[in-house]
Amino acid sequence: MKKLQKLTAGLMFCVAATTFAIPAPQALAETPPDMLVIANRIDDITTLDPAESFEFAGSDVIRNVYGRLVNFDPLNLEKGYEPDLAESWTVSEDGKTITFTMREGVKFHSGNPVTAEDVEFSLRRAVILAKTPSFILTQFGFTPENVNETIVADGNTIRITTDKKYATSFVLNCLTATIGGIVDKKLVMEHEKDNDLGNEWLKTNSAGSGAYKVVSWKPSESVTLQANEDFYLGAPAMKRVIVRHIQESATQRLLLEKGDIDIARNLNPEDIAGISGKEGIAVDSELRGRLMYVSLNQNHPVLSKPKVVEAIKYLIDYTGMQDSFLKGQYTVHQSFLPKTYLGAIEDKPYSFNLEKAKALLKEAGVENLEIEAGVREAQERVEIAQSLQNTFAQAGIKLNITIGTGKQTLTRYRARDLDVYVGAWGPDYPDPQTNAGTFAYNPDNSEEAKATGLLAWRNAWDPGDLTAKTEAAVIEGDRDVRKKMYEDIQREFQARAPFAIMFQKIEQTGRKSNVKNLNLGGAITAVAYWPVTK
Amino acid sequence: MSLLNTPQGNQPRWRSWLLTDTPTSRNHARVASLYQGWLSFRGNSMAMFGLIILVLLVLIAIFAPLLAPHDPFVQDLANRLKPLATDGHILGTDSLGRDILSRLIYGARITLYIVILVALIAPVAGLFVGTVAGYVGGWVDTILMRITDIFLAFPRLVLALAFVAALGAGIENAVIAISLTAWPPYARIARAETLTIRNSDYISAVKLQGAGPFRIITRHIWPLCISSLIVRVTLDMAGIILAAAGLGFLGLGAQPPSPEWGAMISEGRKFILDYWWVATLPGLAIFLVSLAFNLLGDGLRDVLDPKDDGS
Amino acid sequence: MTIQAEPGKGRRRSPLTSIAISTFKTTGTILATMLGLLFVTFIIGRVMPIDPVISIVGERASKETYEAAYQAMGLDKPIIIQFFYYIWDILHGDFGQSLLNARPVAEDIRRVFPATLELATLGTFIGVLIGVPLGVLAAVRRGSWIDQIARFVALIGYSMPIFWLGLVGLLIFYGILGWVGGPGRVGIFYVDVVPSVTGMILVDSLLDGNWTVFKDAMSHIILPASLLGYYSLAYISRMTRSFMLEQMNAEYITTARVKGLSEWTVIWRHAFGNIKVQLITVIALSYAGLLEGSVLTEIIFAWPGIGSYITTALLSADMNAVLGGTVVVGLVFVCLNVFSDLLYKFFDPRAK
Repeated sequence: MKKLQKLTAGLMFCVAATTFAIPAPQALAETPPDMLVIANRIDDITTLDPAESFEFAGSDVIRNVYGRLVNFDPLNLEKGYEPDLAESWTVSEDGKTITFTMREGVKFHSGNPVTAEDVEFSLRRAVILAKTPSFILTQFGFTPENVNETIVADGNTIRITTDKKYATSFVLNCLTATIGGIVDKKLVMEHEKDNDLGNEWLKTNSAGSGAYKVVSWKPSESVTLQANEDFYLGAPAMKRVIVRHIQESATQRLLLEKGDIDIARNLNPEDIAGISGKEGIAVDSELRGRLMYVSLNQNHPVLSKPKVVEAIKYLIDYTGMQDSFLKGQYTVHQSFLPKTYLGAIEDKPYSFNLEKAKALLKEAGVENLEIEAGVREAQERVEIAQSLQNTFAQAGIKLNITIGTGKQTLTRYRARDLDVYVGAWGPDYPDPQTNAGTFAYNPDNSEEAKATGLLAWRNAWDPGDLTAKTEAAVIEGDRDVRKKMYEDIQREFQARAPFAIMFQKIEQTGRKSNVKNLNLGGAITAVAYWPVTK
Repeated sequence: MSLLNTPQGNQPRWRSWLLTDTPTSRNHARVASLYQGWLSFRGNSMAMFGLIILVLLVLIAIFAPLLAPHDPFVQDLANRLKPLATDGHILGTDSLGRDILSRLIYGARITLYIVILVALIAPVAGLFVGTVAGYVGGWVDTILMRITDIFLAFPRLVLALAFVAALGAGIENAVIAISLTAWPPYARIARAETLTIRNSDYISAVKLQGAGPFRIITRHIWPLCISSLIVRVTLDMAGIILAAAGLGFLGLGAQPPSPEWGAMISEGRKFILDYWWVATLPGLAIFLVSLAFNLLGDGLRDVLDPKDDGS
Repeated sequence: MTIQAEPGKGRRRSPLTSIAISTFKTTGTILATMLGLLFVTFIIGRVMPIDPVISIVGERASKETYEAAYQAMGLDKPIIIQFFYYIWDILHGDFGQSLLNARPVAEDIRRVFPATLELATLGTFIGVLIGVPLGVLAAVRRGSWIDQIARFVALIGYSMPIFWLGLVGLLIFYGILGWVGGPGRVGIFYVDVVPSVTGMILVDSLLDGNWTVFKDAMSHIILPASLLGYYSLAYISRMTRSFMLEQMNAEYITTARVKGLSEWTVIWRHAFGNIKVQLITVIALSYAGLLEGSVLTEIIFAWPGIGSYITTALLSADMNAVLGGTVVVGLVFVCLNVFSDLLYKFFDPRAK
């Protein structure tokens, strides 16, 4: 008996010892000096092909891997687009043709020189593949049939001809988008399969000329980048960049505090408050382009009444949310162009006003309204929805919340199946058209049109004359006139659209204080790793 | 069973009637055996502890509106994430400034609702499939058991997730999904029991009296399977509560603003580093109720199903 | 929980024939179960109100892009045809491509399954190493304080929400004490350092003779493995106890004691020897349970295992990935079941 007990005790001790006392490897107080380690949510990456990629985390990777004709300087975003692979450009008399002259001496990671022919290939390829982001280019009239005439390389120059005269800034802004990434024609075509223009291969490999090349991408796990020593702006200081998928804010914070990562990109306001002031850790705030909005389905018999739409805009506790659970990460913003965009306005005509809302509802003759809101599973959205639920209830509107995954909620939203949608929208390229063209533009509101890409259509809203005004603003060449046009569109939109734009995002990043020069891309582009030093 | 040997002389008549060794009728025997079971159960202090907690849970659920100091849904953004022992909020407030204690109290109703529904669906379905398979035998048995195997071979949470995803999130669907993953073991138990009973003399005798299969299964086989099922269900209840909480944790269970405990943990876990109580209190509540069910199940097993755990 | 049909009735056959027949039956059972599993998963995938096309093309796709993807995925064909195509491909060893990241599902599973295997194996190891002696001791000293403690430890294990325990564990052992490595399988500097042979970092680093990586991987796995180990411990110790009690009350034990055999021999040789087979069944079941991938643990510990793989895939309607994952998990489950059945038949005289 004794023996048994002793043995058992001994065994248990051994296990306990191995379990808990395994010496943790000498915890490195910090990451290696030439390595940048980032915690981020990267499970949205589905491809690394610039002609196809359309998600935040994917854009982050591609901005660092592929050069573009024109690009932004991460350390001076206000300056707007600047020459990148193109050294200069000229615009034809009729304003329809832009001719770019290529920069000499830039090489792809493969060693192949970057030529006008590569640009021709990359842009034509994006149009022909017709993947999701292709509309950014095709809105200028490019089609798979006409690219041989509209996108043409000629020696050291590349000529782009649009179907109409557009504001040059609009065209160039679009070329700074992810889809404007220039790929290595020779390398890509070596990997072509079934006439896919190398799409299959480029999904997981890289063929760029940017500051970094892709070493590996493990879906929902990590992305590893290796510095391009021959980068034409100089070899980056960080030789290796590792982005690791960490879902939880608390986990990211623990990793940051322990020194296992340099940058944590998804900290919630509470964790930001928790690390603020800690030694060796700094917090950056950067205004981003993402907007948070509530929209009302106009197929709903009650929600389509203008008075009800107006009432709901008064039933949102904008500042209450901004100052509590959104603190520091969202700022009240009530028009569809994010701050820093051309034509952005700061008017905030709405605030939480229960009496006014009640009066409006009474005028509309609405009682006992019960509606369903679709929200995707994300902390701030669920909290916003619950706050809405609370304030709506005070005016007698019962809001039922249905939480789903992003895909679930989106499927229903696109099918016009939700009464209310609480969601976010991020601009696709740094031109006002990106948001005007979806919020205030819907040429055919019929069920059959299936314009599921347009937010106005998803909410079954016919914007009336705003559609025409938006079309007009796109082709206006004079910058100041164009600016004024967007301001007017937004004010009209604010007054009668079934959208209550609520907030603009501020991204708060926790970083080790020795990490310098990290720019996330502001409201207009994605993150840049090459200027970063430690 | 030493209680049976206590002298009976100085006991009230109802007690001696209950403790008799010579029951006068079928019902008398049934009541007497129940009472004796209760006496033995009462001797098990851990099981009694479990029972008391569960009785408290039921009482809390029933009298929630009287017990809760606040409305569990009323938000107060100015007073969010208050710590324990704050004035007016003994257990603090959550991220929308709602009173945690009140939410826990109302959450008891949801937990109870889940428990009752699953307990009504899963074992009954399992009992039905298992007894039919066991009694009828042949190809019916093969097919039913193959289906059972298929459901058993499924990753459980994945199956539940898939169903919730297919039917839409919500507490009722979560219950159905959990029941769907929970029934196969009951079917197996019921089938095994049926196989041992099927060929007994007792069933043969009933058959000779002209009873049909339906009557035999419902009147003679079911009652014999029930005690082992009750034990199993009670022991599984903790797992069921945790599974419901897990679905809530993944955002697929109860929908906001419902104060379901799993969903509360899920909301609170985002602040766990600085505001640990927001997630810990509902975690504690789940733990307590699961523990109570386990203790109760353990005790019940000793009473109802002595062969299993030696008694 | 046995997959097998009733032990064969009727006249005796030669051992060889009966082995052949039982092999045939077992194979048939496995195939039927797997096919059913696939079919149910497939149906779930198709009735799910998530549009898989959106997963690929994103929310802003134009109508044309959408239509093209819809056709490319074969979604315009009837469900039953789609199912047959799928089975046909699987028979050719092709699990298809993940709709989400366009990679072969088989490759993804080769990446995520070893992670789960590693975790589940270590977890079961811990569970067995502590659970079995604890269960035996509790049975031998029935009613003593050690029995009460064992019961309590087990009941707590049954009753604790794992996601909560995981978070708190991470906070204490990693955040405050710094005894263990953080989330993930290995520290960031050791990613891809050792060549991947088995996909299990612990094994790979040993094969490579790289102790630094082994230690680092160990410090990362130990916390989640202990958590899973605790749950398996709770189950295994309870079952061990109840099996042992059955044996301890048996007559032959009394006889052995009367014969003057030492308590040690009586307990370990006789009683324990007799429960070995039952115990292996229990352990196999608990192992199978862990191999399904503990979704919640994997999420909290950023552990790229099969549980979170299937869940993520499911929630974006990436049905190829879900089906592939379910097939693998189902196969493992069925095989472990058959294995413990065979073992049972082989060792247990009553089953013969």
